[in-house]
Amino acid sequence: MQQFQEISLNALWKQNPGVVQLLGLCPTLAVTTSAINGLSLGLATAIVMGCANGAVSPVRRLVPDEIRVPVFILVIAALVTMIDLTIHGFAEPLHKVLGIFIPLIVVNCIVLARVESFAAKQSPTPAIWDGLMMGLGLTIVLTLLGGMRELVGKGTLLSGIDLALGERFAPYVLHVLPDYQGFLLAILPPGAFIGLGCLIALRNWISAKNTSSVKPASTAAAKPAH
Amino acid sequence: MHAILKHARNTALTLMGFAALFTLLLSVVYHNTLTPIAESEAQARMALFQQIVPAQLFDNALLADTQVLPVDPLLGNQQPIVANIARIQGQASAVIFEVVAHDGYSGDIKLLLAIQADGQLAGVRVLAHKETPGLGDYIDIAKDRWITLFDGLSLQKIPATLWKVKKDGGDFDYRAGATVTPRAVVGAVARALDYVAQHHNTLFGAKPS
Repeated sequence: MQQFQEISLNALWKQNPGVVQLLGLCPTLAVTTSAINGLSLGLATAIVMGCANGAVSPVRRLVPDEIRVPVFILVIAALVTMIDLTIHGFAEPLHKVLGIFIPLIVVNCIVLARVESFAAKQSPTPAIWDGLMMGLGLTIVLTLLGGMRELVGKGTLLSGIDLALGERFAPYVLHVLPDYQGFLLAILPPGAFIGLGCLIALRNWISAKNTSSVKPASTAAAKPAH
Repeated sequence: MHAILKHARNTALTLMGFAALFTLLLSVVYHNTLTPIAESEAQARMALFQQIVPAQLFDNALLADTQVLPVDPLLGNQQPIVANIARIQGQASAVIFEVVAHDGYSGDIKLLLAIQADGQLAGVRVLAHKETPGLGDYIDIAKDRWITLFDGLSLQKIPATLWKVKKDGGDFDYRAGATVTPRAVVGAVARALDYVAQHHNTLFGAKPS
């Protein structure tokens, strides 16, 4: 249980793929034009990461060191293609939204990074958990970034939810700023970099505040001992 | 030396084994999803057709009733395209086909049009575009109703010389900040209408086979 908590904390905060490891920036920056886009790609990535870690971990002892990267890439590419085909065949509306993003998951280096640095060394259950949690950590960042860009750029939140979940969700689109003219910079690629920069700064600020507030407490506790 | 060769052979065999295994898995998934994918794509295409062709205009199987349109500068195509013909009791009532506007603000704009036998536009939709989000993307029905202003128009109602955006002295509204995009769309639609007018007999005269 301890191990699983540690994996979660690592994935969601300490080693968050989106704002700490900064891996997989290509999809992070390209698709986060709305909160729903970010959430959808994040969840798809999390599923692929869980499957990839789960597929690699049981066979890790069979794969010689020299060819581990080609084998891992083979596994990830095959999994992504299978998921892509399945979604296309059985959930056409979802495929319309995610269609262009799913093949992008193959080139997302966070997937290969977790397979290589975690699944190749650990047993299947923690490996799957790590994949899912890392994916979730990325999902949170993508959703926040998408939400920020959407709000500043278009003045709405959750636009496109009807495409992802069905027509009946259309009323859930929030027009936070009515009659908003829009701020194009936020939607265009520079907005992605600026937004991500803000998120990284926020994460670092919170983390720095926590460590500095922990320090005085520990010195205070240590003082009487002297 | 022998040990190295043996190691190399084992490594190669392992890689081959993985490649074979995952190729097998992929082909199984591919074959099992082939029919559902074709079905859902046909469904999606049909849903798109139904957006621009009113139900009273056809009683035939739209997807199966096709005619090949050759390369023509008016259509903006580089390869022959397949048009779908809508019919009522065998009589062609509308033709549905794709045209490409090459003069978009950033790249090609792919349009799907339905033109009725009397030369009226039943509807227009943008299938694919790379216009600037927030500026030029109002041509997309998901973003804006702009594209529906073409519904019911024809070269009889609006003379060919007025098929331009208002800025160019034409008859068509556009949104501030993006004139290149609607200019391209209006131009492409006008050329398509022109094409249909010129080939009216080939398109609508052909009896169902």
